Amino acid sequence: MSGVTFEAGARRPGTRRTGNVLIWIAVVLGALAMIFPLYWMFATAIRPRSEVFQPVVSLIPQVLTLENFRNVAQRHPFLTWVMNSTFIAVIAVVITVSANLLCGYVFAKFRFPGRDILFFAILGALMIPIQVILVPEFLVTSWLGLLNSPWGVILPRAAEAFGVFMVRQFMVSIPDELIEAARLDGASEMRIFLRIVLPLSKPIIAVLVIFTFMWRWNDFAWPLVVLTDQELFTLPLGLNLLRGEANPDWGGVMALALISLLPMLLIFLIFQRYLVQGIASTGLK
Amino acid sequence: MSDSAVMASSVRPATAARTRRSFRRPWMLPYLLITPNLLLFSAFSFFPLLYAFYISFHDWSLIGEVTYAGLANYRRLVADTQFWHALLNTAVYAVASVPTTMAGGLLLAVALNRRMPGRVFLRSVYFLPVVVSAVATGIIAAWMFNEHYGVINSLIVRLGGDRIPWLSSPAWALPSLVIATFWVRVGFCMVVYLAALQSIPTLYYEAATMDGASPYRQFWKITLPLLRPATFLLLILNVIHSFQVFDLIYVMTGGGPGFSTTMLVQYIYQSAFMTSEMGYASAIGVVLYVIVLGFTIIQWRVSRQSENVL
Repeated sequence: MSGVTFEAGARRPGTRRTGNVLIWIAVVLGALAMIFPLYWMFATAIRPRSEVFQPVVSLIPQVLTLENFRNVAQRHPFLTWVMNSTFIAVIAVVITVSANLLCGYVFAKFRFPGRDILFFAILGALMIPIQVILVPEFLVTSWLGLLNSPWGVILPRAAEAFGVFMVRQFMVSIPDELIEAARLDGASEMRIFLRIVLPLSKPIIAVLVIFTFMWRWNDFAWPLVVLTDQELFTLPLGLNLLRGEANPDWGGVMALALISLLPMLLIFLIFQRYLVQGIASTGLK
Repeated sequence: MSDSAVMASSVRPATAARTRRSFRRPWMLPYLLITPNLLLFSAFSFFPLLYAFYISFHDWSLIGEVTYAGLANYRRLVADTQFWHALLNTAVYAVASVPTTMAGGLLLAVALNRRMPGRVFLRSVYFLPVVVSAVATGIIAAWMFNEHYGVINSLIVRLGGDRIPWLSSPAWALPSLVIATFWVRVGFCMVVYLAALQSIPTLYYEAATMDGASPYRQFWKITLPLLRPATFLLLILNVIHSFQVFDLIYVMTGGGPGFSTTMLVQYIYQSAFMTSEMGYASAIGVVLYVIVLGFTIIQWRVSRQSENVL
């Protein structure tokens, strides 16, 4: 992993004071504009309906209320949606990260006939965007009886090319001598993987867990095709349902959007460093 | 040592020197360990890709018979004005959103690479939308761009302007999408540029300053050329992203008004799940695959050269 963080940076002596101040003001104004949509979601979610639908709206809510959250909870099984999203994201993380760790380890540390062909076949096939194979993917899922089931969302997207690639790149840098020494001491292959390779791979595991969770939590197109029963919906599907109503209750829509965003905001606050690393080192998003 | 050499020689005799690594490992172990991924990838990536080609040569409404159609789907595609319209929409969207997002990311990266108060916090703010789902982005944008109750028109009215029919007029729908895309992608571009900027040795700038080069000149003569690999990577990734965009547009405009923001992926979705033409939808998918694959191959070839910069 390249060690890019928000804390590091090139330093050059600031000679032109006014220029610097102007740039700083521009950047701060831009940051306010960037944060505004999220503020607006929040402000809409916590203000009463009468305040939401105003031709000229005030930027600051005059009355604070939880009525939008109550309305959504009464009219839609939104707690079920939260549970569904959580189940899908957590199980997907377990399957994807374990499969990718095994696969990446093999491609980094084993030599076997057909290795390079398999590696490029897996990478190449997994690079296929799901949008391209939407139709055949839907048919395969249908044959396996996985339509309208959380497993139909989880399994087709469980193998991630970026995961295999990143794990391989990371594990190549683990010294062979370490593994050889353990083997000479009589450690089993299982023990070597669990006790030596995995503990050394903590940074890459963190990156994988965070990205996989984020991708599955935010997924929309594929669940939209697979899940038709409202009781099985994930939060993005629920959001789409509310937004698609004839006269959307925008207060309720923003309340649900806020709920769907909370885990992501939490992850951002705690694990921002890993998100930056993942993006800076491989350009994945 | 001797038994490993024997075992290895039966596998690949020419590379005896490298086989110390497969010391006492059962030969099938690696295959066993990649089996889970291999199964998933065969069932859900490799087979569907082959099957996409197969269906694209057939007519199928999902319920009825599968009938061979030869090249009929592709012939129809060439003559289908809606297909060309969707392709054009996708290209226009890419041309409008990729350069703006990248320029924004570059400016931010250069600005936020300088020392300034609250720099770390400011970077985080620009980066934050990266974790926001495309659906949430689209829904917040749809609400803000709402013609009657949206906050943007509200501000315009307050400043004495007229309400803009953002999402209900074909002329304004695409700019609305481009603005939403900018919001959600600019932090991503910024981070890639920041990583590249931080790998440029400060020595170059010190030397240039001693030679009397202005900061403006340093930017054009040092920074930009050294950022070229990052720029290329971002260009390809963003173009590929534009050709795959679905969620944001589905919730913001639904491809409308009319056909004005229907992209290729939208058209695939409509053909497959609205009008139940699996063969035709697959044919469009194959065309999209060829386009995306082309960009991916270019990226692979170039990213190998740019690895040490990122």
